[in-house]
Amino acid sequence: MLERLADLVNADASLVRRGRYLSTRFLVETGATAWLVTVHEGRVTAVERGPFLLREWTFAVRASEDAWRRFWEPVPAAGWHDLFALAKGGHAKVEGDLRPLMANLRYVKDVLAKPRRSA
Amino acid sequence: MADLEPVVGRYLRLSLDGRAHRVYFEEAGQGIPLVCLHTAGADGRQFRHLLNDAEITRHFRVLAFDMPWHGKSLPPAGWQDEEYTLTTRGYVALIRAFITALGLTGATGPGVETRPVVLGCSIGGKIVLELARLHAPEFRALIGLESADYQAPWYDDTGWLHRPDVHGGEIAGALMSGLIAPQSPSETRWDTLWMYMQGGPGVFKGDLFFYRADGDFRARVGEIDTTKCPLYLLTGEYDFSCTPADTERTAAKIKGARVTVMKEIGHFPMSEHPAQFRRYLLPVLEEIRARG
Repeated sequence: MLERLADLVNADASLVRRGRYLSTRFLVETGATAWLVTVHEGRVTAVERGPFLLREWTFAVRASEDAWRRFWEPVPAAGWHDLFALAKGGHAKVEGDLRPLMANLRYVKDVLAKPRRSA
Repeated sequence: MADLEPVVGRYLRLSLDGRAHRVYFEEAGQGIPLVCLHTAGADGRQFRHLLNDAEITRHFRVLAFDMPWHGKSLPPAGWQDEEYTLTTRGYVALIRAFITALGLTGATGPGVETRPVVLGCSIGGKIVLELARLHAPEFRALIGLESADYQAPWYDDTGWLHRPDVHGGEIAGALMSGLIAPQSPSETRWDTLWMYMQGGPGVFKGDLFFYRADGDFRARVGEIDTTKCPLYLLTGEYDFSCTPADTERTAAKIKGARVTVMKEIGHFPMSEHPAQFRRYLLPVLEEIRARG
């Protein structure tokens, strides 16, 4: 589900600029599929598809495939429209070292919302 | 000809808890006073569309103040050694002091009614419940937006909002962005977020002490008597901080409370999508006016 993430992010100059102080690797789970997203100074330099063995990441965002599909709807329904709405509703988990996430929250939320098709 | 808005801003000197404050407020219109209370960590600019709405200001004198520490209202002298914390008691006192100072306290003559309508959002919507419980006769009507006696938190630690390694303005804007409905127009969405990004250090966190902890009114709202003052509660369907279910659960304990769930609106109705919000607000204001 995240195969195109690097292209989508790197083509958005203002998003890359906003993330210029972030270099990290984070984990995204879409149901049973794991993805490691590597960011270097705001550019997504790699999106790897799991399974993984003994790999490091800073923070993880986990949700079912169905939750991501709803989240990426052009106009998501209430409760499915934001990462923290998913989390409050029990549809996503955000875990790990949250400091890089919180310090770059707008960037990370925008990256995760990138697969959303425009209305 | 200068393209001036009808909105006028002034400073009001208030003594709160024995300390001198200088409170900024804006107003426009004439008629029934409509005192507007902004959300946590923001300021009175959230009401700029109400203040500029001729259909409202024809019959209502719209007033919106910046709480101390917010917007153009400075903190009181000595703030540099304090941690700002909003309490239920302090918030009620602030609102009543503002209303008293402006003389909006009752009949001033035959047929001249100066008691205000108070409309508050989020923390402002929550405090409206306490105004209704304790001071109902002082108000013509009360309107709570995104208002509940309690709402479950959606992140545990408000410490993220005030620490040196995370930019307070950036994180406040990024957190609040999710509380805006996806249908809200880009301009007003980003206006709303800008106000959050501009908050002083620790102020949003200090407001949330009231929103999350001190303002747990679950054991109190049953005491509200809406025959003394009408109570309207309006909540946006996309608000996952104070959800429609939170508002409905609250209203179920208050006989006579009127609930509306607003479509395609989140946590900041007046500010994120003014055109959509006025569809819900105008009938309420009309009903209040018709009641006299």
